[in-house]
Amino acid sequence: VARADGGVKVQVLIRPKERILDPQGQAVERALPALGFDGVESVHVGRLVELEVADLDGVDAMCEQLLANPLIEDYEIRAPEAVGVEPEPAPGRGR
Amino acid sequence: VKFGVVRFPGSCDEVDALLACRRFAEAEILWHREHDLLGVDAVVLPGGFSYGDYLRVGAIARFSPVMDAVVEFAREGGPVLGICNGFQVLCEAGILPGALLPNAGLRFLCRQVEVRVGNPDTAFTRACAREERLSLPVKHGAGRFYAPHDALDEIEANGQIALRYAAGHNPNGSARDAAGVTNEAGNVVGLMPHPEHAVDPLTGSTDGGRLFASAVEQVAGRAAVAAA
Repeated sequence: VARADGGVKVQVLIRPKERILDPQGQAVERALPALGFDGVESVHVGRLVELEVADLDGVDAMCEQLLANPLIEDYEIRAPEAVGVEPEPAPGRGR
Repeated sequence: VKFGVVRFPGSCDEVDALLACRRFAEAEILWHREHDLLGVDAVVLPGGFSYGDYLRVGAIARFSPVMDAVVEFAREGGPVLGICNGFQVLCEAGILPGALLPNAGLRFLCRQVEVRVGNPDTAFTRACAREERLSLPVKHGAGRFYAPHDALDEIEANGQIALRYAAGHNPNGSARDAAGVTNEAGNVVGLMPHPEHAVDPLTGSTDGGRLFASAVEQVAGRAAVAAA
């Protein structure tokens, strides 16, 4: 996670605010039963922004001013310790 | 009277906007890297997909060098019109309230709609009568106007919903049928429909010209006040 110059890798998760209509989430939610996945509810589609920064100062301001629009989106900053090592890909039929 | 039409990377309606403005006054293109507005009397932020709509619509264009000058110009009372993507940029810049979200139906919409003039006291509606209906085209994927409930009440009470979709014409799920909103001072207007595509009888409606004519009146009015 740490860079040679001591920087850190940060993930910012951005979600549409609850209670705001999320047509993308709804479209995905409606598509899943068509594939045989039943019992799926509350699907929401957001964004993931990954960045490397010298330190965490300023990441919150970056979110407020550019990465998210606080009027319509919530964001969550995942600090380096929470990012960790990428999990092994789950076994599947990935192409 | 001279209009300046900003060209961002990814703008695509700036030439139509320029030609629409030229039916009513002089007009020239302002490159987004300019730091000043070259003495224009009114500014148009055109439609398109500035910076590829990356991150969020309008989010990156807001930081273009020219936007500092546009914000200053708006603060001093200069007329600023944001059309479609330009509306999105003005909301992201905080010059207009609210935000534009993906259409409720998720589809890109391209159709003619009717709007009603909700406030004829803005820089871009003063040539219209209250409740006058205008026929204008829309073409957008993210035109659903949103603001929190309390903010909407305030916007509505202030007369800031300058244009509303007529009954049955709200194409995108916009709150309070808002098709266009203005700032409290009335000198900045943003709208999703495209007045610049409705200025020539060849394409059906010439109602869009009313917005540009309004701005010319506004500029002349300001000049008269300044001279008095």
